[in-house]
Amino acid sequence: MDGLSPRPGEDAPALAAGPGRVVGRPVTRIEDLPLVRGEGLFAADVNFPRQLHMRVVRAEIAHGRIVSVDAEAARAMPGVVAVWTAADVADIPLIPFRATKVRGLEPYCQPVLARDRVRYVGEPVAVVFADDAYRAEDAAETVMVELEELPVVLDAAAPPGEFAPGHDTEPTVVRKEYGDIDAAFRSAHAVVELELSVGRHSGVPLETRGAIARYDAAHDVLELHGTAKKQHWNRDEIARLLGRPPQGVHLFEGHVGGGFGVRGELYPEDLLVCAAALRLRRPVKWIEDRREHLVATNHSRQQSHRIRAAVDAEGRLLGIDDAFFHDQGAYVRTHGARVADLAAGMLPGPYRLPAYRVAGHFRLTNKTPAATYRAPGRYETTFVRERLMDAIAARLGIDPVEIRRRNLVAAAEMPHARPLDALGTDVVLDSGDYEGLLDKALARFGWDAMQQELAARRAAGECVGAGLAFFVEKSGLGPSDGVRVTVDATGAVEVVSGAASVGQGVETALAQICAEALGVDYSRIRVVRGRTDRIEFGNGAHASRVTVMSGSATWQAALAVREMALECAAQLLQLSPAELTIREGVVTRADGLAGPSLTLAEIARGRGPNSPAMRGQTPGLTAERWFWSDHMAYPYGVHLAQIRIDAGTGGVTVERYLVANDIGRAINPMLVEGQIVGGLAQGLGGALLEEFRYDPSGQPLSTTLADYLIPTIAEMPEVDVLIAEDAPSPLNPLGVKGAGEGGTNGAGACIASAVDDALRRPGAITSLPVLPAHLRALLTEAP
Amino acid sequence: MKAAPFAYHDPRSVEEALHLLATLENARLLAGGQSLMPMLNMRVAFPDHLIDLNRVEGLAGITAEGGALRIGAMTRQRDIEESPLVRAHLPLMAEALTHVGHRQTRNRGTIGGSLCNLDPSAELVAVATALDAVLDVQGPSGVRDLSIHDLPLGFMTPSLAPEEMLTAIRIPLPPAGHGAAFEEFARRHGDYAITSAAAVLVLEGGRIARASLTLGGVGAGPLRLRTAEAALAGQAPSEALFREAAAACGSIEAMSDPQAPAWYRRRLAATLARRALAAAASRATTPARQGSLA
Repeated sequence: MDGLSPRPGEDAPALAAGPGRVVGRPVTRIEDLPLVRGEGLFAADVNFPRQLHMRVVRAEIAHGRIVSVDAEAARAMPGVVAVWTAADVADIPLIPFRATKVRGLEPYCQPVLARDRVRYVGEPVAVVFADDAYRAEDAAETVMVELEELPVVLDAAAPPGEFAPGHDTEPTVVRKEYGDIDAAFRSAHAVVELELSVGRHSGVPLETRGAIARYDAAHDVLELHGTAKKQHWNRDEIARLLGRPPQGVHLFEGHVGGGFGVRGELYPEDLLVCAAALRLRRPVKWIEDRREHLVATNHSRQQSHRIRAAVDAEGRLLGIDDAFFHDQGAYVRTHGARVADLAAGMLPGPYRLPAYRVAGHFRLTNKTPAATYRAPGRYETTFVRERLMDAIAARLGIDPVEIRRRNLVAAAEMPHARPLDALGTDVVLDSGDYEGLLDKALARFGWDAMQQELAARRAAGECVGAGLAFFVEKSGLGPSDGVRVTVDATGAVEVVSGAASVGQGVETALAQICAEALGVDYSRIRVVRGRTDRIEFGNGAHASRVTVMSGSATWQAALAVREMALECAAQLLQLSPAELTIREGVVTRADGLAGPSLTLAEIARGRGPNSPAMRGQTPGLTAERWFWSDHMAYPYGVHLAQIRIDAGTGGVTVERYLVANDIGRAINPMLVEGQIVGGLAQGLGGALLEEFRYDPSGQPLSTTLADYLIPTIAEMPEVDVLIAEDAPSPLNPLGVKGAGEGGTNGAGACIASAVDDALRRPGAITSLPVLPAHLRALLTEAP
Repeated sequence: MKAAPFAYHDPRSVEEALHLLATLENARLLAGGQSLMPMLNMRVAFPDHLIDLNRVEGLAGITAEGGALRIGAMTRQRDIEESPLVRAHLPLMAEALTHVGHRQTRNRGTIGGSLCNLDPSAELVAVATALDAVLDVQGPSGVRDLSIHDLPLGFMTPSLAPEEMLTAIRIPLPPAGHGAAFEEFARRHGDYAITSAAAVLVLEGGRIARASLTLGGVGAGPLRLRTAEAALAGQAPSEALFREAAAACGSIEAMSDPQAPAWYRRRLAATLARRALAAAASRATTPARQGSLA
């Protein structure tokens, strides 16, 4: 069988190593044709006859008691159909969060419209529905919100304040611990202690959010369009919150102009358009504008850590003790305390760590609510952990590369179980050759030769340096995913999955996997994703899970269809299935000798519902398979950077950058490289440019793309990507690990390390983003 | 981000535009729209009337007039950047334009729009100041000359009467062989500069005959460093001289915001001024003679 090698004791054979017919090859994306032709379907492209436009009236102060909301003038404006305030949606419960072990978060969830208080600038207070987007905005301007200002909490590390009577602004502390941490510090040769912080930034997709709801009264179905990421959970919750059966609600995904964790969560606006479509009996459209996006869509990242490490005389870690403050913003959103939990669970990264204690203070502030953003909890803790490794190296006078070598978990120690959990699963590093990848990366970057070159440039007066950061990612969050593969009577192949696509190439990757297993042309496979009306269950697209989970389910379902087709063909051709194979959709002799053949279309027709042969059997050339996983797969990698600081301006130029990432198996190396480079752009943004800033009263200062600085092509360095496949995951038949977040993960840590090196001041960088004014000040103080 | 209601006017001549401007209440002129359109859509600007200049005849174009270049107010930034006349005679402007937004915005953005928007960090305002531009300002009673140095009244406020419009910019040509350089620091390429410096040097007999040094982004309008210019005159160009001249930036009044406090702007100014002077000197050729467009 092409590209397959049987593995004993498993239902489906594993994907063989090396490039297959189509898997492992950089084939072009099947989803691109409509996009390059301008035929894409983004949220704003969705329109229905008689639709209304919704405009949200948002809080203009960071914390206040609502005295009154006067919408009389707005109701009288031309084209206005309705204006709602909290009283109109009092029957809609607070927006819930997904499964978490953390208790006590419920009172901190967000109402769809602010009830008695506003808690951040941008919080929805009222909504206007009008026949035109301009008129809706005109009317929204006239809604008068009277507020009595309350004191603001803006620093998550400051003592907690009051969220509501009886609830302070620290709903929980995420605690994890193993080993004898106190003994580790007692016996330490040295203790290294740091205070570090990561700024508030987030995913800012090119396409802002959008939601278009339509009630199909003829079929009693509520439809929501413009969705992303997490359709099935959102469908179930929308149904529950609006008091409808889930079968009477369907979500649809068109194209998504970037997800990054922030798109596709259940936000107030999604429920508002749904409720309005039901009540007003007209389709309702809402498209977020950029200013709204920057205050209303999830923020992320902001944490400050007080971390200390106990090490022996050789720099080996004995224990890490960390206390951090997680700035959650004004409400608990759909992720609950997930980011703080991930930060606590993933902080140890690639290092052998005998004892560990962490306390993550999950704090609410009067800022935009926060949740996941590409490499959530890991971008932050990789920064913290790798700063710590650099500090240990400096303290003990050990080379930064060497200090990492001494602490990396060895290949022979894999799988490596830590007495820790993250995302509700035990952390078991499934496979890896960390030091092997470090060596490959250093060699590819020319690390040693570069050091000499940098020394020469420094001698000539330049301010240049290099840095590195090692990271461990996580991917393939279970527990389950199902995929149905069907060959119809014309031979067309359809893969129906509960996954979603946020633009990352899901359709192509699933089509490649299906094609490899089934023996058909990948480019002609239709992949259905992101819609609840075609498959009862799905987990969407997040946490670098799709290729691992949906990919494995696709592989199994396609192999099942293959087996079914070969068995049918074997009977008709009077050969054994083992003597047959499928090439380009045609069943032929595997040995290549001439002989009778059958197309998949012919076999599918033979298995049609009216075929006498199918009497008493489930008809169709189709199979649904489920893939389960109790543990995550852990990709890993190294970031290496060479940078230059302009001593006159403090400006940083990233001259060269390498991301080495072992993802077990690259289904499509071109897509993987795209994921890594795109992810890196976002990581560099958080390292050098992006920050949501607030003034002392809680007014957001980064409300346009002229103030919130996303890197452009001019700021991107030359990036080299080393995709390694040395440590396939033993947890799935494809050996894959997720590739979505490794490009982002190590960027902040790596830039900080390189900037320190250029400044010749170990430990100089303690916060992100690294700002030119700060560097200019450091350079002035420099000896 | 949908603009509030306004009435749209589409005049075809300067006279018609001026008439509308004089008769309509709370009217704004629309040039390239690269700042005004976002301001409208963000409801930061609320004009009752928008007078679109894009179809007005005769407002765009670059011509040589005696010892000056005349650039129509509606000339697109990209056309100026590409103009052989500008490249040959006003290399400072051509260089500065590469920092103005992005090619796409320069295709629409105009020089008149940039000068009248008067952003403190706008490159074209700094360049016009460095080159002693004279503006043609037209109103109901005719055209008047306005020195660029008299344009800024305050933060983003040009000294134009409500019924007046800018129709052209005249820039006296620096002598052939002059050296010019534009330096700026922005967080990203294409952003408004935090601080910029524009330098023009005319050398004669190995010495600086004339110097022009302008800072952008430090105050409400561009800042000509006249004292430094005077100190440079008559001296032989050298790194030490430029360092000393740039040191004057250490005591200027500078704006302050959390990203770029005043001290930082002053240091940027000193660095950029020194670099601009050094680059200008390296580009100047002696002996210089009066420029001519013949």
